[in-house]
Amino acid sequence: MTTSQTRAAWLFLAPSVLVLGTFVVYPIGRALYLSFTDYSLLRPARWIGTKNYSAIVSDPAARNAIKNTLLYAAVTTIASVALALIIALLLNQRFPFRSIARSAVFIPFIVSLSIVSIAWSYLLDPDIGLLTYWGSKVGISAGQGFLVNPNLAMVSVIVVGIWKYLGFYVVMYLAALQSIPRDLQEAAVMDGAGPVRRFFNVTWPLLSNQTMLVAIIATITNVQAFDQIFVLTQGGPFFRTETLVVMIYRVGFQNLQFGYAAALSYVLVLILMIVSLVQVAYFRRKAVQY
Amino acid sequence: MVAYDSARFTAAPSKGRVLLRRFSVRQTVFALVALSLSFAFMLPIIWMLFASFRTIPDLTSYPPTLLPHSWTFGNYTEVFRELPFLHLYQNTLLYAGTVTISSLVLDSMAAYALARLRFRGSSVVFFVIIILLMLPFQVTLVPLYILMHNLGLVNTLPGLIIPRLSNAFGIFFMRQFFLGLPHDLEDAARIDGASEWRIFRQVIAPLAKPALLALGLFYFQGNWNDLIWPLIMTSNARDGTLPAGLSLFNGQHNINYGVVMAGSVLTLIPVILLFLVVQKSFVQGIATTGTK
Repeated sequence: MTTSQTRAAWLFLAPSVLVLGTFVVYPIGRALYLSFTDYSLLRPARWIGTKNYSAIVSDPAARNAIKNTLLYAAVTTIASVALALIIALLLNQRFPFRSIARSAVFIPFIVSLSIVSIAWSYLLDPDIGLLTYWGSKVGISAGQGFLVNPNLAMVSVIVVGIWKYLGFYVVMYLAALQSIPRDLQEAAVMDGAGPVRRFFNVTWPLLSNQTMLVAIIATITNVQAFDQIFVLTQGGPFFRTETLVVMIYRVGFQNLQFGYAAALSYVLVLILMIVSLVQVAYFRRKAVQY
Repeated sequence: MVAYDSARFTAAPSKGRVLLRRFSVRQTVFALVALSLSFAFMLPIIWMLFASFRTIPDLTSYPPTLLPHSWTFGNYTEVFRELPFLHLYQNTLLYAGTVTISSLVLDSMAAYALARLRFRGSSVVFFVIIILLMLPFQVTLVPLYILMHNLGLVNTLPGLIIPRLSNAFGIFFMRQFFLGLPHDLEDAARIDGASEWRIFRQVIAPLAKPALLALGLFYFQGNWNDLIWPLIMTSNARDGTLPAGLSLFNGQHNINYGVVMAGSVLTLIPVILLFLVVQKSFVQGIATTGTK
């Protein structure tokens, strides 16, 4: 450890420390403080202890948003992981046009979710929507419309959420599938294992590390859902699709109740931490080394 | 499930021919399934592309169709007149471009210090970076907005850009990459008396090109596409970026939908093109995320 290296190191770090310190670390600490105040557009910050947090526990709107967030995240994550694995298994085979299919599945991930949600809003429109029309041809009726029907609105934003990020998880699974040693599959073939047994006894256990990573990344992403909900339903109908981040936006930037919004954002942090810890603990028991 | 083995374990030529035929039937089925899947995934984008060439009566006619009944290019000229499209485009390009370039430079500088230099406090800095990675961006929204408001930077481009000049994820990502590089070259340069800055610029940075390319595309698309940050930092649809602006314009009742579609297509194109250019290194970047 030399002094010249120490000096150089801090010079290299200085710009990032300045930016992250001012615009990330300070706001994180400040949000924690504000969450214990009644700060709003109308009045300056005044310490009110844990009142915001006890309000969240009894506030039907906050409970609804937490419930919606957990429902959205659970369904979207489980469906995404399962579909990503199935599609990755397909795209791992050799067949014509495979690279086109790989790009097509991945492209939703790189384009703007809010912009493509505009397209989704037209496709799901009750009167002129192409998907509404195609659905009615095969007997799927949307009633007042996919985004207006209180029961179907959540399904719709979940479908769009799955569609957006699936390609990313497919690529992660493809990478893991390609890293499975071939001799393990060949040995299973020699032992007379059919495709189904090979999948459950060789492929699936060897993918468990990647499944953990995909599940964690998907959960973290899905707990923070906002873009397509903002464009498609604005949290409606009747707050049925209002997730925590949508509520933080509404409370913080439309109602300008900064203290309450800050407390809600720490509830988000808490949920993320609990979910991640549970997942890591669950998968750690099952992790396989090879 | 595993396709290669059916081709591989064919011993007798006669049996091989049978298997070869089965193999191609199987391939055809896979290709058909994969192409239907591709169509389903691309449908919203394909629909949007066609919609941008339609007139309003065509777009709202019943029954709805995927293909236009008649084609018009009018939306692409009107978008520049009916919306402040050029202004939004310029904002988005400056915002995403500046954030990308600045983050790549500042992140890799910080990562170089953390990965290649020995100094007091190194582990504390790294620990803070890990904590920041675990916290969602939304937790900073309220205080960040108030801070930018007090600095007079709300509704300005610098206000959008400055908080994102550096990024904890990029520091972590580049640190992991730098840790994997051999030490010989930089040790030789150090013995020759080269400064740390020179080693960083001339030895380490050139080796990091693939990682920087992947991270760069990640930043560019992330900020180009971002909705919530531009949305809260701009008080009207005209001063923000394309995703925020177009989402808000689309919500207005007196808007020409064909024009919004044209604007949307023009917003998607740069990111898709960029992706197709650097596809390989980007996908490899994702693929290696889990293994490091």
